[in-house]
Amino acid sequence: MEPVDPYDFFRFRDNLTEDERQVQDTVARFVDDRVLPTIAEYFERDEFPRELIQEIAELGLLGCNLEGYGCGGLNHVCYGLTCMELERGDSGIRSFVSVQGSLCMWPIHTYGTEDQKQRWLPGMAKGELIGCFGLTEPDGGSDPGTMKTFAKKDGDDWVINGAKMWITNGCLADVAIVWAETDDGVRGFLVEKGMSGYSTREIKRKFSLRASVTSELFFENVRVPDANRLPEAKGLAGPLGCLTQARFGICWGVIGPAIACFREALEYSKVRVLFGSPLSHKQAIQLRLAEMSRQITMAQLLALQLGRMKDDKVMHHTQVSMAKWNNCRMAIDLCREARDLLGASGITVEFSPIRHMLNLESVITYEGTETIHQLAVARELTGAAAF
Amino acid sequence: MRILTVVKQVPDSNATIKVKGDGSGIETAGLKTVCDPFDEFGVELAVQTREKRSDVDEVVVICLGDDSASGVLRTALAMGADRAIHVNDPKFESMNELFDAWVLAEAIKKDEKGFDLIVCGKHNIDLDSGAVGPALAEFLNVPHVGAVQGLEIADDGSSLTARRRIEGAEEVVECSMPALLTIEKGLVEPRYPSLPNLMKAKKKPVEVLTSADISDADASTAGTDLVSISPPPPRPECKMIEGEPEEMARELVKLLREEAKVV
Repeated sequence: MEPVDPYDFFRFRDNLTEDERQVQDTVARFVDDRVLPTIAEYFERDEFPRELIQEIAELGLLGCNLEGYGCGGLNHVCYGLTCMELERGDSGIRSFVSVQGSLCMWPIHTYGTEDQKQRWLPGMAKGELIGCFGLTEPDGGSDPGTMKTFAKKDGDDWVINGAKMWITNGCLADVAIVWAETDDGVRGFLVEKGMSGYSTREIKRKFSLRASVTSELFFENVRVPDANRLPEAKGLAGPLGCLTQARFGICWGVIGPAIACFREALEYSKVRVLFGSPLSHKQAIQLRLAEMSRQITMAQLLALQLGRMKDDKVMHHTQVSMAKWNNCRMAIDLCREARDLLGASGITVEFSPIRHMLNLESVITYEGTETIHQLAVARELTGAAAF
Repeated sequence: MRILTVVKQVPDSNATIKVKGDGSGIETAGLKTVCDPFDEFGVELAVQTREKRSDVDEVVVICLGDDSASGVLRTALAMGADRAIHVNDPKFESMNELFDAWVLAEAIKKDEKGFDLIVCGKHNIDLDSGAVGPALAEFLNVPHVGAVQGLEIADDGSSLTARRRIEGAEEVVECSMPALLTIEKGLVEPRYPSLPNLMKAKKKPVEVLTSADISDADASTAGTDLVSISPPPPRPECKMIEGEPEEMARELVKLLREEAKVV
């Protein structure tokens, strides 16, 4: 028997098609060559590596699982694999791609008019136009039903007032998908950079997602033509549908940092000699390494089954909730564990666990906190919403 | 103009290589493989040449390897080659680069239109003999320039000027075409195949040639015989010297004199 691959303990790769393996290998190579050599410096400098946008677009990663309009037309498992490899680089890079593809291109593709699709999607796939997604507000994330941003109908236009917060890509964006309450319930609008009364401000001094742009959006009597409304999005189901897409990517994405940290912890434990033998020869360390391997294996198999269900069009959003909860919890615990196992080295920028661990504080929070996903699963089980 | 680029599947440079128990080769089960990075330079050069010039009719990629090498061909097709030739037969499995070159030459000769430019990597990172390019040029009876780092092709496509670095100088070589070049690092930077192009590459034609297509495939050409492969000896244990700088220096000199016997 050939030995088991420590990073693919249950031969998860055997269940991928040749296409899927090639997609993963291509993105993995890009991450090894172009992201990993510099990402820690960007994180340290609190800066998003903007020059990667073009390269990511040329690889075909933006909206890769959408059909037509210059998008890749890949299946959802391929999209998941790209998220996993990108996030192995940094959660900030994966977040950029998630927001562009799942939170901006997907709603235009799904809820938009033909004109809106023609106008935005090809440029967004090429990375020439950047999008951001405005749902969360300063006074609440988990309860979007109470949003204060309001769009009032005025003749053929809408006038938007309000503010959004914690918006990835906000200051970079040419177009913001803005969700606002109206007299008819929640609606989605394409607010364009330069529209009078629309402004953004970057949120600095973060300890997490430092290699990513996080912003506030402000709307002061922003006049938006009705042609910029997403006609097929009605009620909260509109933004929640987008979040299901992006969370799907997160379920896969977080396996990336988990593998990166596990790899560093395993390699370090083999060379770090303490009390006369390598750490890896000690029972206390072995138990922890075995546990890491078990956790990654379960997350891989869960993500793959989720992807197969999505490709078969039978995936339920509660299943995404369970996977986001499980895989984010797995990843953050594992990265903290790896940080600890590396001892003092684990606090330096030379090793990745502390960077991934800090990033995952955001990832476990955004797009539904762990508690919200637990309650979503429980609502499915009991029929009672207890948020 | 027609350009042929030769690629080979090799173990990933990060992979751990295990030698077979009998020393006849390396274990391939579970071994991660990639397209040889020097051959990728060749593919990139071919694709860039087509992008720059209006007279390139076709970029063809050829690979000698088993079924698993189809991934390497697909990468080259996704980078921009138009079609592929896969020379695949258990009879062609060898660790002899001269034999490989001979099989490739026979396969190339079957193409009636012929090629004006053939590009290979400077060497392959697996066997590292660098013999395939020059030997292939010899079998095809075309001129060869090795380890090219700069290239200009005449507007009429009849000749080329290649630059190569030699010890302390740069050599400029003019050469008539058809010709064979082997490519050194630094001439071009290979592109990443985009994901949509990877999918489109599946639809590009791949011609498979076996020993039935190549005459006298059993003929053994003069060349090398691989006698055996063995892993490098394990690194001897590192001895750490501790103490005050003066003591450490004294101990080091003593060990160099008495144990290592180098001073």
